[in-house]
Amino acid sequence: MAVDEGLKTELGKQGVFVTTLEELYNWGRRSSLWPMQFGLACCAIEMIATTMARYDLARFGGEVFRPSPRQADLMIVSGTVTKKMAPAVVRLYNQMAEPRYVIAMGACAISGGPFKQGYNVLKGIDRYIPVDVCIPGCPPRPEALIHSFMTLQKKIDGQHLTGKGRPRHLDAGARGEFPVPVYGEHDLEPKSNPGVWNAPKVRR
Amino acid sequence: MSESQSHSAAAGENPEGRKPGSQNLVSQRPESQKLEGWNRPARTEPEADGQLLEVSMGPHHPSTHGVFRMDVALDGERVIRLRPVFGYLHRNHEKLGEGQSYLSSMPYTDRLDYFCSLSNNWAYALAVEKLAGQQVPERAEYLRVILAELTRFQNHASSIGFLIQEMGASGTPLMYAFREREKILDLFEELTGARMMCNYMRFGGCRVDASPAWLEKARARVAALPGFVDEFERLLATNEILMARCQGVGILRPELAVNAGVTGPMLRASGVGYDIRKVDGYGIYNRFSFRVPLGEHGDVYDRFMVRLLEMRESVKILEQALKEIPAGPVMDPRLKLRNFRPKPGEAYGRIEAPKGELGFYLISDGGPNPYRYRVRPPSLINLTILEDMCLGHSVADVVLISGSVDIVLGEVDR
Amino acid sequence: MKTVEQIKAAIEAAVAGAGVEVVPNPSPSGQHSLRIEPGRAVEVARFLRDDAELALDFLSNVTGVDWLDREIEETVTETRTVTRMVDGVEQAVEETVEETRQRIEPGFLEAVYHLYSVAKKHGPVVLRMRTVNRTDQVELPSLTPIWRSAEFQEREVFDLYGIIFTGHPDLRRLLMWPGFKDHPMRRDYVEPDDFEYEPTAHDRVLERALAHQAASEAASTAAGEKASEPAEAAEQQGTEADA
Repeated sequence: MAVDEGLKTELGKQGVFVTTLEELYNWGRRSSLWPMQFGLACCAIEMIATTMARYDLARFGGEVFRPSPRQADLMIVSGTVTKKMAPAVVRLYNQMAEPRYVIAMGACAISGGPFKQGYNVLKGIDRYIPVDVCIPGCPPRPEALIHSFMTLQKKIDGQHLTGKGRPRHLDAGARGEFPVPVYGEHDLEPKSNPGVWNAPKVRR
Repeated sequence: MSESQSHSAAAGENPEGRKPGSQNLVSQRPESQKLEGWNRPARTEPEADGQLLEVSMGPHHPSTHGVFRMDVALDGERVIRLRPVFGYLHRNHEKLGEGQSYLSSMPYTDRLDYFCSLSNNWAYALAVEKLAGQQVPERAEYLRVILAELTRFQNHASSIGFLIQEMGASGTPLMYAFREREKILDLFEELTGARMMCNYMRFGGCRVDASPAWLEKARARVAALPGFVDEFERLLATNEILMARCQGVGILRPELAVNAGVTGPMLRASGVGYDIRKVDGYGIYNRFSFRVPLGEHGDVYDRFMVRLLEMRESVKILEQALKEIPAGPVMDPRLKLRNFRPKPGEAYGRIEAPKGELGFYLISDGGPNPYRYRVRPPSLINLTILEDMCLGHSVADVVLISGSVDIVLGEVDR
Repeated sequence: MKTVEQIKAAIEAAVAGAGVEVVPNPSPSGQHSLRIEPGRAVEVARFLRDDAELALDFLSNVTGVDWLDREIEETVTETRTVTRMVDGVEQAVEETVEETRQRIEPGFLEAVYHLYSVAKKHGPVVLRMRTVNRTDQVELPSLTPIWRSAEFQEREVFDLYGIIFTGHPDLRRLLMWPGFKDHPMRRDYVEPDDFEYEPTAHDRVLERALAHQAASEAASTAAGEKASEPAEAAEQQGTEADA
């Protein structure tokens, strides 16, 4: 429930600023997202280019790239997730503290991308961990990554502190630890996490 | 080369960087494992192996250039054993190549060494042209040289930037390098349509001709590049911290380098003058006059300087090529691309990619798909002697040495 | 540089008993290769590296190739001695018969080595070694003691093709994880079924997806029946109670 806009502007003219706790809380969270320095493949280079001087991601709050998952809010999965790497990715996600978000950057992280017919390619990181924003592209342009950042910020803005749609860190019953897949003899076991991903129906 | 500055004390020690007084137990190994002494890592085998600290650097690590893991066994800070682990980005590029036609593999070659997509394209196109016996028109050859040298320039700049970031310079030289890289990527985007994954070369030429406006823009950009290299060199080459940390670290002897298949700036920094542009003379490289910088000591500082000097030579080649580029078609109009079935046989084509010798080995069985499609990855083979170079050094030096090898995981794992 | 035939002659002169054969390359690249017998391969390799004229000190590339079993149909003319009844008496008669036979030529795995010379700046010289078959006799001698650059590349060929290089100092898988059981680059490798999804699926992806959907529907109807059974029993009890 937001404050009435007219009232806000009137009071603002007097030098009094009013807001709701929810807005303030979400504004603080979304303006200081700390991404984890986690690049897998080619999309990582575009991610690095986004943080460089031309397309500056620091303007949006993503200044501090932390290598440690304990200190990061946002995991940008940039690049192909292979089956050999998947347990490490899920373990890193488990180690991140709530609130945590995942951006699947590039076609490979969304669904396997151009390397989909691969015995070692995981067909999308959303098989094991929940993904908040997907960016298509191979690789997506830095502007697309900034757009996804802004989309995530809008999503965070829209999260209510109470009720059904509240963020996971305010929900005592939410699952925090996602099962880590193990290396099997021919494939990862389990092949996906049914709590997170179900194979979509093929209509042919 | 300006190397009159004093080297650090480490260089005065045992040149392999081993702890003085360590035993080389290779000669005492049983016969079945005995190999010739000088081409195996001279590891020390301390009795109490359980007292070593085993550290797994990676696959998620801020400085491993991608998902690359090194299992390091440390005695305090000194490296006793280092085993690299690969495969975290293995995307079965070669199997995909067998399942699709020759031309469909071209976009996948972009993603091998994702910094230098145009060089990868050229290597693949060269291999297929050798296999099928195709000729390339002159203008296309000039365009290929221009794009390859621009790629080499921005790759070496970024590589130096990443190396210095790992030294702790927190991204500032990388910002300078990426500033120039963005200008070069603008040129690529205007010509090929994409910043990184250009997919521009074709068998028998290039996909699209370059307009005179693009060539003018390229000339203007190239005219500004020597100023950037001067700035870079002035800032970095005589920097105290860089010299103290890089000189005498990670020494690679030339005989071991050749035997281990090391190519590219790493080989030339060890003093071996082998540049495939001069040796094979592929394309039209024998028309340009350029020098090949060589190092003396084979340490990290030499590799850094070789890359810096190669940037200057690239600018020289670019100036000549942009001046001499003739008019003409960029694809032979008689060549057909659809239903391309080369005669049965095989070919191995290689180029001097910015990382080393990038080769493609193709076996054709007369069908539209290759029977065997193999990439010779320079980054993987340059890592063969990573352990040799890192033994006896500290963990911080391991980061530097692996940074100076200049690997890209897309190429290592394919 | 010498031609392929001259190199073959030099090898045979230097290493006694080396089985060397020229494999011509019909493509315009003209890169003919030498097939060497695995028995004396290491000595041949050492000769090639240490020879003053050839000086092939740089091993550029090690490739594995999988040649599948081939079915060959051939028409064979055969003369046989058969007992026939001729004029009421059993006699041995010679008969000439033409028959079409199908035989399977066994496949093999192959390792191809590309050698260059840094000292003399020439190359490539291509060596090939073949295993006996694809199934159980897949050993080849490792050339890592001669050229260190074969270390990782032979490990990769072992990982992806299954050729066991004897004499390799550290033969483990390179790209796949250690517990992986298959050799994926072989031509007859079938990828595991991992619920691949495509919006416009076809061929094997479509088959597998339909199979999964059928299985999940069967599972959900079975679960639905089990769920509805107690409901029906409760209904019956209710109706009985009513009645």
